[in-house]
Amino acid sequence: MDELYFFLEVLIGGLLSGTMYSLVALGFVLIYKASGIFNFAQGTMVLFAALTFVGVLELGVPALLAAAVTLAVMVALAFAVERLVFRHMVNQPQVILFMATIGLAYFLEGLGQTIWGTDVHVLDLGIPDRGLWLGPILVSQFDLVAAAVVAVLVAGLGVFFRTTTMGRALRGVADDHQAALSIGIPLHHVWVAVWSVAGFVALVAGLVWGSKLGVQFSISLVALKAIPVMIIGGFTSIPGAIVGGLIVGASEKLAEVYIGPFVGGGLENWFPYMLAMLVLMVRPEGLFGEKIIERV
Amino acid sequence: MFYRETGQYKTTYAADRAIFPIRQDRVAMAVLLAVAFVAVPLLANEYWLRSVLTPVLVFSLAAIGLNILTGYTGQLSLGTAAFMAVGAFAAYNLEVRVPEVPFLVAFVVAGLAAAGVGILFGLPSLRIKGFYLAVATLAAQFFIEWLFTHVGWFTNYSSSGVITAPPMTLLGFSFESAQSRYLLTLCIVAGMALMAKNMVRSELGRAWMAVRDMDVAAEAIGINLMKTKLTAFAVSSFYCGVAGALWAYVYLGTVEPQAFDVLRSFEILFMVIIGGLGSILGSFLGAAFIVLLPIFIANASGVFGDALSAETIAHLEFVIFGGLIILFLVVEPLGLARLWQIVKEKLRLWPFPY
Repeated sequence: MDELYFFLEVLIGGLLSGTMYSLVALGFVLIYKASGIFNFAQGTMVLFAALTFVGVLELGVPALLAAAVTLAVMVALAFAVERLVFRHMVNQPQVILFMATIGLAYFLEGLGQTIWGTDVHVLDLGIPDRGLWLGPILVSQFDLVAAAVVAVLVAGLGVFFRTTTMGRALRGVADDHQAALSIGIPLHHVWVAVWSVAGFVALVAGLVWGSKLGVQFSISLVALKAIPVMIIGGFTSIPGAIVGGLIVGASEKLAEVYIGPFVGGGLENWFPYMLAMLVLMVRPEGLFGEKIIERV
Repeated sequence: MFYRETGQYKTTYAADRAIFPIRQDRVAMAVLLAVAFVAVPLLANEYWLRSVLTPVLVFSLAAIGLNILTGYTGQLSLGTAAFMAVGAFAAYNLEVRVPEVPFLVAFVVAGLAAAGVGILFGLPSLRIKGFYLAVATLAAQFFIEWLFTHVGWFTNYSSSGVITAPPMTLLGFSFESAQSRYLLTLCIVAGMALMAKNMVRSELGRAWMAVRDMDVAAEAIGINLMKTKLTAFAVSSFYCGVAGALWAYVYLGTVEPQAFDVLRSFEILFMVIIGGLGSILGSFLGAAFIVLLPIFIANASGVFGDALSAETIAHLEFVIFGGLIILFLVVEPLGLARLWQIVKEKLRLWPFPY
């Protein structure tokens, strides 16, 4: 019986931490859907947003205002990225666009740390970080709150996409660029909007991750975890990002606990990738993605 | 005025196929080689030889390897450093277990081992492409780094997880001094660069480029996709493997698996982008640029006094790197090599307008 409880505990812990991967993967999916750009810089945007928020907060600004300022910065960033980078790269192959986002990641990483320094900033949002006993199973309260945040965010995005004009425009662009253009949807504005939304998601992810790990450089590495999440869930699917995150979170924890001791541990870094490779071999479009990959 | 090929007739097929069909290019290349082989070891000081020129050469070799895969065959790889690590650890393990093997043989084995691993992780390229493939190579990157860190056999159960390259001796001569190490690297890199240059001009290279430009069309004209892609992975990884062995043996001496992390892979990718996708010359220019830029920034910031801390400089480096990557991709996607080509085209007309 204890074995079973332990298994459930690991599983639930993994699932909950998986929602945090989903949070980062969500930003990837948004931009990929609207512009076909695989935005490697999403992880760095998370770091950048968290650094900016903490930096502004430490100037003595109240939290809500600091969040608003950070959001404004992320929107400005979206404008700059669209205007200075991607407007000039229309019609380039996807791989070139991808490499440009790697450049962007470096740029933001350097910029964020030049402005705000490299110290680990403590971010306390007042989320309790204690264990919580659900019957015989120990669950982290923090992870529960984080999962709730993800749920609210996804629901909010869902409403935004379904009901607002901008949301409809975004979905139109995601379906077909040319058709969207032909009925008068301003493509460039939509791109700015989607990068802004991704910036907002990055801010939320940054706050959650930042209050868990402290705001520091290693947050940007979370992006590397979000990539297998997307592959497993599918590049174009928001539910895919959520389910992919859950799968990655749960499987890596289970692998670490049950296989790790036999091979010296540290599986967490590569296990999601091997899983992603398996999915790629069997089902290249991911669990929820659209079947658009050319077989070669 | 001086750089023009008027009056140089190609009278044989051999002359038509020469790497440098223009005499001025041949002279310039000969001068460059003479400087690299004779003048530099005589004139450059220990610091430049050991800490600047040798790493530039080693990185050039790795960049050539990645360029073959990404620039010529169009398969994006983010696992270059992992293939370098395979080379370094293969050479080390061979020498530790069979000490009689000369180190040059160990280098070749290093390349072959990396080629084998490269083919293995290249297999997904038969079904997927673009950044889906990049994810597969990222898997190689993380898995191999973990393997060398956690499985003791590869580091010969060294407690710190660090390998120390055994001394290199050839026919009783020991490669200890900075000069000898630089020359050794130069010989290997120059030879392999020449091989790469000829490979990309041959049937194999043309098949690679056909696959890069459009794989379906390439298949339609009778190119075996599987063979072409896997040879690209094998050759590319071979180059990276030898570069990794050189990195461990000639440049660092002692090396840990973390020296081959994902940031190193990105660094080499940047060399290829800035130098020029699909250019051997570009690989050298890109490597030199990326190695020299931090040195230049450090020196330039010295001019401004101590206003900037070392940390800030390191971060500014990131900003400048990132900015340059974007700038190159936007303005000149073919990199420094293309700029050099433009200069040459202008020179042929100069000083006359036509």
